[in-house]
Amino acid sequence: MSMSAGEEAAKRRRVRDGWLLSAPALLLLTLAAAGPLLVVLVYSFLTPGQYGGVVWEFSTDAWVGILFTRDIFTETMQLADAHLAIFWRSVRLSLLTTLITFAVGFPTAWFIATRPPKARALWLFLITIPFWTNLLIRTFAINEVIRNEGILNSVLMAAGIIATPIQILYTDTAVLIGMAYVYLPLMVLPLFAAIDRFDMRLLEAGYDLYANRWQVLRRIVLPIVKPGIVAGSILVFVPSLGAYVTPRVLGGGKQMMIGNFIELQFGQGRNWPLGASLSMLLLLIVLAALLVYVRAAGKGGAHGQ
Amino acid sequence: MKRLITATALLLASSSLASAEGVLNLYNWGNYTSPELLAKFEKDTGIKVSVTDYDSNTTALAKIEAGGAGFDLVVPSANYVGIFRDKGLLTELDLSKLPNHKNIAADWMDVDWDPGRAYSVPWLWGSTGVGVNTSVYKGDINTSAIWLDVPDELKGKVNVTPEMNDVVALATMYAGGEFCTEDVEVLKKTRDILMAAKPHWMSMDYGMEDKMATNDVAASVYWNGAILRARLKNPDVAYGYPKEGFILWMDSIALLKDAQNVENAYTFINYILEPEHAAMLSAFARYSNGVAGSEEFMPEDMKDAPEVVVPEEFKAAGHFLPACSPKAQEYITAIWTELQK
Amino acid sequence: MASKGFDATSLPGFTAIAAIAFIALYAPIITLVGYSFNGANSISSWGGFSFRWYEAAWANATVQEATIRSLVIAASASLIATTAATMAALGTTRRGSFGGQTFIYVMINQPLMVPEIVTAVALLIVFASVKVATGYTGLGYLILAHAAFCIPFAYLPIRARLEGMDLSLETAAADLYANPWQTFRHVTLPLVLPGIIAGAMLAFVISLDDVVITEFVKSAGQDTLPTYMLGQLRRGVTPEVNAISTVLLGLTVLLLTVFFLLTRKRD
Repeated sequence: MSMSAGEEAAKRRRVRDGWLLSAPALLLLTLAAAGPLLVVLVYSFLTPGQYGGVVWEFSTDAWVGILFTRDIFTETMQLADAHLAIFWRSVRLSLLTTLITFAVGFPTAWFIATRPPKARALWLFLITIPFWTNLLIRTFAINEVIRNEGILNSVLMAAGIIATPIQILYTDTAVLIGMAYVYLPLMVLPLFAAIDRFDMRLLEAGYDLYANRWQVLRRIVLPIVKPGIVAGSILVFVPSLGAYVTPRVLGGGKQMMIGNFIELQFGQGRNWPLGASLSMLLLLIVLAALLVYVRAAGKGGAHGQ
Repeated sequence: MKRLITATALLLASSSLASAEGVLNLYNWGNYTSPELLAKFEKDTGIKVSVTDYDSNTTALAKIEAGGAGFDLVVPSANYVGIFRDKGLLTELDLSKLPNHKNIAADWMDVDWDPGRAYSVPWLWGSTGVGVNTSVYKGDINTSAIWLDVPDELKGKVNVTPEMNDVVALATMYAGGEFCTEDVEVLKKTRDILMAAKPHWMSMDYGMEDKMATNDVAASVYWNGAILRARLKNPDVAYGYPKEGFILWMDSIALLKDAQNVENAYTFINYILEPEHAAMLSAFARYSNGVAGSEEFMPEDMKDAPEVVVPEEFKAAGHFLPACSPKAQEYITAIWTELQK
Repeated sequence: MASKGFDATSLPGFTAIAAIAFIALYAPIITLVGYSFNGANSISSWGGFSFRWYEAAWANATVQEATIRSLVIAASASLIATTAATMAALGTTRRGSFGGQTFIYVMINQPLMVPEIVTAVALLIVFASVKVATGYTGLGYLILAHAAFCIPFAYLPIRARLEGMDLSLETAAADLYANPWQTFRHVTLPLVLPGIIAGAMLAFVISLDDVVITEFVKSAGQDTLPTYMLGQLRRGVTPEVNAISTVLLGLTVLLLTVFFLLTRKRD
């Protein structure tokens, strides 16, 4: 396909504008996020300092140390099953959190988007108001709700649903509840932004063609709001992976997630290079997952080019 | 309202204020500095102390080492004073500016981590032992078996403080070893004891002052001052000193090399070595201080408190934690990771 | 087909789930507000109704300064982040694919991909050397750091809104000789606005919540409410913070009501 000179110039202009418009964001990120990460990459190839920090001596120990640890009793190298267990728990809990927030967040976003236009802003604010309180305070408040003498157990017992309090606090369920709570708006807001521009007349058209509600939902609604689903899932899944406060407060801190494990290396573990290599690995995994996901989503999504 | 406006104004001017006359930047553990003392200090000397919080020695060290944050004074734990000093981050104290230096109690003058108190002076000290609700468990509480060989009454009701070094150290002593050991057999035993005990723990968390008082937690490895506060709310709570070994700790205040308000810093250090003022620090945080003569100013409920006064029979079992070698530290981290996997 | 009583937009169970979601969101908040009036010296046992924690918070200048500082940082950072993110979203959607687009996308989402502690340590090292070199230790570092990690949170909702948005209106405006700025101001912006509002709100609350990066970047006298609380964690958190949070909530609701009433009058 050949392009006329005019079309080509227009395309060039579009690309140039694209870069220019993105420049402020890129500059900020280079200064205060991605740029400094190069330091972390360099650190992952250095030797741990005696009391934290690094010594400027090249070493690949930190990378080897992710998968293999020296068994402290036999001095032989062994697969680091503790590290793998921590990684796996983080991935599993983050996936579940994403699913839960979607299952709850999609109907909620839909509900908000189908309110009269004036009321929508109000409902949106109602979603974000609880998040005006600080994360730690909110986590403590959830703690109050789910503990054995808390509201949840009291209500369930008063209603005769359970006879004795359920131990929720300090379990994986508590971590899931906490993370789903914390990350719910990150799912609802992008979903709302996507649903809100959905033309509701399409639904009637669907029903006119004798589709039932589920068919309408699956064939008409989901494909169109897909960009919102992608955005929401990324915003929930990725920060969940690095969650730190919730597993500590609601999980009772008995089991680590990746975030806690990496923080341990930079803190009391005094092994900054291992912390750095673990972070880089996490970055690579997330990056790969993200690219695959975006590609897949892009293929099926409706793009109004 | 006026205060809010002042606060906003101060905030916006904070960078220029940092090195102005009459200020002092203290970098300290959160909720550890008596506001009454700061108010009195400001009234007496005209110096306004701005306190910034940290929550671990490692964070404080990393930040001070990186530099540029503008702190004058820091309050590291015993095993970190030496690290700060050896890294060249501290100024040797000019004793001629500290007439109250002589008030430091004899016990706390020639300490391992700072002989003769050339770089740091005592802030507060305490111990890490076990708090037990005696209405739940009637047996001997002066043992680490409370949480390492959990009695039936306490199973599923025990909390362990999420402090890697404290926990591994207590378990190592229970296993008959010394902290920072590189002896593989002892380390293995330590790990096995911890792994066997963990299923009987409920949580590894902070906030025990409340949870012990309300009996949400029936026993916990914790700090003496917090257990004291729990006991004042609930008389059933008692503090045990594990005879197999418990931990003593002391935080000391030190002058940073890149301090900008050096004279004010000396004024402050000298001020807290005054017995009356040291007692104010204790009264707020509920831990002991290291200043001779402060006893008479101490609050009544602390003077004979069993959490504060270490009974003679257990004194020998108290140990300060040294800073471990990198190899020993690697073992400790490995055990901790295994424990929390 | 759309007979009376049949609402095409309602889907089975959705309203019920939304109701549960709102109840679940507010249950802890109501607990928190309740406990702020607790007379007991504790955050988990009830000791009668009292204003003592409000009095304590009112007398505690540190906690007030920390709260104001948190709000100043969140407002500045979310403003910067939302502006940059809106521009980037306009620059990366609806102009056909171009080389480097993936790079921009990855860069923008990068702060999401590493745990906070990593960015925190990296920023500590870089910013500390800048602090030493320039002697400037003000709030700028915190605002810059917050603005950077807020960008993806602002960008994604805006992008989701823009993607697949109808281009015909903009083309029509251009056909009517509107210049690009006029087209943006009068056509594109109103259409994207819900996305921008969603993005800005996310950025604001994310900044308000940040602990770890702030802990490592802050200079002397720059505690925010979250780092102040982190410091309290070991020694036990007092209900003062419940009181402060309740006041913040109250202010939010008040502002919101005023805003809502004002916009309503105009119609």
